[in-house]
Amino acid sequence: MSGIEEHTDMSFVRGEMLSEAAPPRSGDGMLHWVRRNLFSSWINAIATLIAIYIVISILIPAVDFVLIDGVWQGGGRKVCLTQAQGGAQPNGWFGGCFAYVRTYFPQFIYGLYPIPQRWRVDVVFVLFFASLAPLLVPAAPFKRANIIFMLVVFPVTAFVLLTGGHVGWNGFLIAGSALGRSFPAFVVDYLILTAVIMGIAYAIVRGTQGNPKPVLLSIGVVMAVLLVLVAITAIDFGLPYVETARWGGLLVTLVIAVTGIAVSLPLGIVLALGRRSVMPIVRLFSIIFIEFWRGIPLVTVLFMASVVLPLFLPDGVNFDKLVRALVGVAMFSSAYMAEVIRGGLQAIPKGQYEGAKALGLSFWQMMGNVVLPQALKIVIPGIVNTFIGLFKDTTLVLIIGLFDFLGQIQASFSDSDWATPVQAITAYSFAAAVYFVFCFSMGQYSRYMERRLDTGHRS
Amino acid sequence: MSDAAVETRAEPTQMEVSDTEVAIDIVGMNKWFGDFHVLRDINLRVMRGERIVIAGPSGSGKSTMIRCINRLEEHQKGRIVVDNIELTDDLKKIDEVRREVGMVFQHFNLFPHLTIMENCTLAPIWVRKLSRKQAEETAMHFLERVRIPEQANKYPGQLSGGQQQRVAIARALCMNPKVMLFDEPTSALDPEMIKEVLDTMVGLAEEGMTMLCVSHEMGFARQVANRVIFMDQGQIVEQNAPAEFFDNPQHERTKLFLSQILH
Repeated sequence: MSGIEEHTDMSFVRGEMLSEAAPPRSGDGMLHWVRRNLFSSWINAIATLIAIYIVISILIPAVDFVLIDGVWQGGGRKVCLTQAQGGAQPNGWFGGCFAYVRTYFPQFIYGLYPIPQRWRVDVVFVLFFASLAPLLVPAAPFKRANIIFMLVVFPVTAFVLLTGGHVGWNGFLIAGSALGRSFPAFVVDYLILTAVIMGIAYAIVRGTQGNPKPVLLSIGVVMAVLLVLVAITAIDFGLPYVETARWGGLLVTLVIAVTGIAVSLPLGIVLALGRRSVMPIVRLFSIIFIEFWRGIPLVTVLFMASVVLPLFLPDGVNFDKLVRALVGVAMFSSAYMAEVIRGGLQAIPKGQYEGAKALGLSFWQMMGNVVLPQALKIVIPGIVNTFIGLFKDTTLVLIIGLFDFLGQIQASFSDSDWATPVQAITAYSFAAAVYFVFCFSMGQYSRYMERRLDTGHRS
Repeated sequence: MSDAAVETRAEPTQMEVSDTEVAIDIVGMNKWFGDFHVLRDINLRVMRGERIVIAGPSGSGKSTMIRCINRLEEHQKGRIVVDNIELTDDLKKIDEVRREVGMVFQHFNLFPHLTIMENCTLAPIWVRKLSRKQAEETAMHFLERVRIPEQANKYPGQLSGGQQQRVAIARALCMNPKVMLFDEPTSALDPEMIKEVLDTMVGLAEEGMTMLCVSHEMGFARQVANRVIFMDQGQIVEQNAPAEFFDNPQHERTKLFLSQILH
């Protein structure tokens, strides 16, 4: 303590500048932290004690259920029944029947995918996670190659592996009737479609006084790449065909969730930009699209896709049930995504647009380099929120007869070999844990990205 | 310095104003915001190499006028010709003009998610189609000129206001513009930082850049301007050489304005 006695000539003006000093020590370890944060007042102390009580009263039964009383070995329901119920466990026993989960585990992952063919699913899983992991780590090299692999190579590979490929493509416009059902008929119609698209694009670009050459070139490249990819799906690799009705479990959950996520983000961006466009037709279309899909429940979308849509399709045209569900989920989540991203776009100050325009950047250069990177960063929590919602909403496909992870678990309840009073609670706990791992990881990754992309205060 | 960077400033430094080359020609320009007639019959010819300071009370249309020159605002009547390109609805022409006209804003409008270097190379790479290496050399050259090369890898949020504004000037210069527009470049700065920005602008003027500055820095106007323009109620009410303008104002509104700011 520096007392006044030491500074008899105390003045309000400093004689000499002070040098920088270390901050005072903020705490004295654990005990200090506990006292300051948990027991700083008697109300806080009571709240802390209540919280501890709640945590303990949940944690102990949970540990008991899983580890102490949980049954992990065994080949039938008897290991999970008490003696009163005709089983091996002492009366009053209450534990998880994880032997049943272990037995059914392959089915929870693959559904009814033929057992000799399950390596194909494994390869898809490995490819997916092996290419996703380096994509998520910012320091990992070859980002561009990684993204191309993820967006072009992986989807086609996964499609061929999972279905078996060898798709019988057919003419879809006029060539089908002339050439019969064949791949050349498809190619002819595809070229006609490409020409039509290029014609429309040419008209639009000329209408807005742009240079049509690069636009036509990029359309040509995209259509050519797509044709190559489609051609690959038509090749017979000798893989037996596995119909989607046999897919199930985590496979279906991930197929729907990943497709939904991969489609909804870019489509959502386009719709959000469309809704803020100055072109009335584009804006109107975006608004109608968004409000339509937001205005009906996902269950209705799925029912429409699986029950009503086939009634309107001509004879012989039939989309796979899983494909219909995929389209429904993707459209549905795109509408939500669009509104989340629109929120981010509205948060970007006008000065950012002006700064970009004054430098001569075109609309798309401005959006891609200046506006969207900032807007998307702001709405990372909202985007991931939508992803998580989408991931959990995949369970709704059960109502149209697709067996996702949860659906597969429920389907296993009908097996009388494992019917016990603890079967459902064990299975649902397991399901909850798996869903939690996926959703919690997404949430944590989003928080990590938020911190990483934080480059100080905004302009 | 590399060849690329030197090339961007190939013309010899000169302070002479061209007699024949018109940089900007505004003829009978009118603009309305809704029913409000914000610019009324503006006529202004700027020769190449001219340095013009635009003053006037707030709401007199100064900013709106220079924002019309790169079409951040649209004029509804009259003609604006910049570097022999007339501004119309033609997006291509607008982009051409914006490439040749640099702009510095009151609030900098730097891109906060990009580093200083990325801010400076973005437009040269995307619009001028320079290679990254070329663009970075040019950017470094101009960052050295505004005397903050050491900040190149920082983000705008880590810099002071004066430094940010100097980066904004460097960013505009990286496009090698023929004309620079300054929209109250020092109004949002702390008093201590105004000078560093003005010094940069003086240096630019001495090299012969055609400049239009909306500014209340009268010392700057005296030092570098060929002409001072005074605007009131959307009109140019007086224009003169700085000495004449300050010492012998003609219009009543100008006299009042000068007496208010030169206390």
